[in-house]
Amino acid sequence: MNRRNFLKKSFLTAAVLATTTSLLVTPKKTFAAWPKKSFDITDLGESIKSVYGHNDTTETTKVKLKAPDIAENGAIVPINIKTSLKNVESIMLFIENNPQPLSSGYNLTSKAVPSIGTRVKMGKTSNVIAAVKSDGKVYTASKEVKVTIGGCGG
Amino acid sequence: MSTIKIRAKESNGVVTVKALMKHPMETGKRKDKKTGDNIPAHFIQEISGKANGSEVIVVHWGPAVSKNPYLTFAYNGSKGDKVELTWRDNKGNQDSKSVEVK
Repeated sequence: MNRRNFLKKSFLTAAVLATTTSLLVTPKKTFAAWPKKSFDITDLGESIKSVYGHNDTTETTKVKLKAPDIAENGAIVPINIKTSLKNVESIMLFIENNPQPLSSGYNLTSKAVPSIGTRVKMGKTSNVIAAVKSDGKVYTASKEVKVTIGGCGG
Repeated sequence: MSTIKIRAKESNGVVTVKALMKHPMETGKRKDKKTGDNIPAHFIQEISGKANGSEVIVVHWGPAVSKNPYLTFAYNGSKGDKVELTWRDNKGNQDSKSVEVK
């Protein structure tokens, strides 16, 4: 074996080794980076599709979405989502009539209890959709929140 | 001064964590009233919640979350756990705070 070939081969081996090791040391469960694409989409259907890869969702009473009937101030709309479903991987919150429907996503580990709360901005009256991914399936609950003063203007 | 106010309380084996963060959560769509220029987007993108060093929740937020945001989540844990919350925004700023579960 001449020197050139030897070097080439050792580089290849090193590269292969590096890839395998990096695969091996990756933690069991990692969460994707901040999904810019999903947060940029302006259509609800497309937004759901970009998060889950499909639009196949089931409405259920097992997902409890707590939101006000009327939000006097669209800048602060309290939302609470919880569910009795098991093996919950994530909870997503969509607001249909916002410029970008995806407002936030919550990735849960097995230690977490599927119950989250936050406050969101709403530009105008809209359906609010809570989506829960459990055992690989997507379940939803929705509610209309009436907004008297929008929260996205300046 | 920390930008995070956090409380964690245990009841029946479930720890509920409540946190308030100080952040403008600018959407990038608002205009400065005086100059008419767009105010650039500035919002928290990611929050990680850990209990005794292991991850419980990873939150991804968009600009639609309210100013000075509020987050609550829960996990199976006990009194004395160390809960740590870390946020990171779209400009790369970050802050974290930990608290003992009561």
